[in-house]
Amino acid sequence: MTKKGFKIVVLAKQVPDTRNVGKDAMKADGTVNRAALPAIFNPEDLNALEQALSIKDRYAGTTITILTMGPGRAAEVIREGMYRGADDGVLLTDRKFAGSDTLATSYAISLAVKKLNPDIVIAGRQAIDGDTAQVGPQVAEKMNLPQVTYAEEILAVDKGKAVIKRRLERGFEVVSCPMPLVITVNASAPECRSRNAKFVMKFKHAKTVTELQESTSDYMELQNRAYLRIPEWGVADISADDKELGLSGSPTKVKKIENVVFQAKEAKRLTAADTDIESLMKELISNHTIG
Amino acid sequence: MNNIIVYCEIEDGHVVDVSLELLTKGRSLANQLGCKLEALAIGHDIKGIEKQLFPYGADIVHIADDKRLAPYQTLPHTTIVVGVIRDEQPQIALFGATSVGRDLAPRVSSALHSGLTADCTSLEIGEHTENKTGKEYKNLLYQIRPAFGGNIIATIINPDHRPQMATVREGVMKKEIYKVDHAGEVRNVDIAKYLKDEDFVIAFLDRQIEKRKIDIKNSSIIVAGGYGVGSKENFNLLFQLAEVLGGEVGASRAAVDAGFAEHARQVGQTGVTVRPKLYIACGISGQIQHTAGMDQSAMIISINNDPNAPINALADYAIVGEIGEVVPKMIKYYKQNSK
Repeated sequence: MTKKGFKIVVLAKQVPDTRNVGKDAMKADGTVNRAALPAIFNPEDLNALEQALSIKDRYAGTTITILTMGPGRAAEVIREGMYRGADDGVLLTDRKFAGSDTLATSYAISLAVKKLNPDIVIAGRQAIDGDTAQVGPQVAEKMNLPQVTYAEEILAVDKGKAVIKRRLERGFEVVSCPMPLVITVNASAPECRSRNAKFVMKFKHAKTVTELQESTSDYMELQNRAYLRIPEWGVADISADDKELGLSGSPTKVKKIENVVFQAKEAKRLTAADTDIESLMKELISNHTIG
Repeated sequence: MNNIIVYCEIEDGHVVDVSLELLTKGRSLANQLGCKLEALAIGHDIKGIEKQLFPYGADIVHIADDKRLAPYQTLPHTTIVVGVIRDEQPQIALFGATSVGRDLAPRVSSALHSGLTADCTSLEIGEHTENKTGKEYKNLLYQIRPAFGGNIIATIINPDHRPQMATVREGVMKKEIYKVDHAGEVRNVDIAKYLKDEDFVIAFLDRQIEKRKIDIKNSSIIVAGGYGVGSKENFNLLFQLAEVLGGEVGASRAAVDAGFAEHARQVGQTGVTVRPKLYIACGISGQIQHTAGMDQSAMIISINNDPNAPINALADYAIVGEIGEVVPKMIKYYKQNSK
């Protein structure tokens, strides 16, 4: 029997906007000033959300849960997802997650996904703060699920299988893969739709318990409406093994961080004046660099 | 002694460049460590593939040949790679940072509970002392990569887990024949020992791969544009300059993201790495993300209206001016002065 709709979990990450690094992004001591970088919804996770929303458009009864791991403020990502059409979200947050590399992160996320028990997990291919593209495949492996990476479009979901177009370096392929599965979505996929005013109204007071305790606004409202409660899951909620988390669960260690300093080399300074450009081109021709 | 293993990608019967580049790097690391270099080739109709691998320094070539193993799919390739690594116990495993390697390597690392560093720009052997315990490690693989949008360079190590795994993009390492007559041993992988029927869940409904078209990697002259070029129309000026000089057009990530140029033209950490004779950087500020892919160019000319653009620190010639003014003049004076 075909069941009604699909249960989709979208993995999303709140990331510093490393694409717009301004002058104040580096501190005087040369380290990265994270506070000066705005926190954004990881761009390819928005592409992933759009694929989920498009399944929801086509298959009635589909639900979308945003799962994010991070500090308390990462709940912003869940609200942003709900403003665009997601049904709910879970914030995976615990001090014990701090210092996790991709493998320890994938372990924690895979346990949370298991608890949510979806038909389809969709994530962005990679996050712009690390560009590793590892968490999607590693979550799939930890759950013993098949994976389809570099997805550009989920063409159909039918008879227990998803049909997906993948973007490769110099072409594409269309594959069919049984559910449940993990899909990671490429930046070449359609952009995410914008916020829907109706959903913004509905979810603008959605808060985690921690946010609620810190806020001074109407407490009663949240107690009455379950959809405004964003669950926070910690290590105990997903029955994780402490040893597999954080630094102890991370095979990779950062030995050294260097800030990028360009090595000074004497550049010949030229202007756009005809004499400068002409003598440069003559020089390049005479030393056989060009011509 | 635990060896170094390189996963080799095969396209139409040929080992792809990035795998040969990794073998070249693997060979020099193996010589430094005093261990052997192994290659793992998985595909269909690849008998004799070792002939392409031995000259690049492979001592042992593992071949897994079966019609179900091409085109690449995640699960069967993962199963074989994990099986071979468990049996061979290499200390280092290297993969190309391609759509195949970046799909496969994380899955393998998770199955082996072994650390993986993506998109390394340099691999070195070094030591480490754990601060807390004072424990000393020798001959670790330093996996060096830009991080945080290219604003920092991180050295990553895996002190306690093996193999130490890394992916490297095409063009980052040099491809160099080790010895034309270097010979080694072929080992056919007993795939039945590893593969399960459940590994074959994917069905291919369509697959269209084009031949390489845009090939900036092998161009000796590259005219590259950044976000500062301003528009797709202004990029036409760069194409004109590239055409008269006999070069190709490259682009920064920002320019590609803005839609000024195709992704195949992207130079940098998330694009291709190039080493041309001449690199003309137009309206490129010079983030490490980009410069990591072009700083080995023999000569660099920067054209930028910002006299303090970081790219100028790398440049041999820094022209301060507008693209729309400078580039047409370069074309004009090149034509006037060349025969």
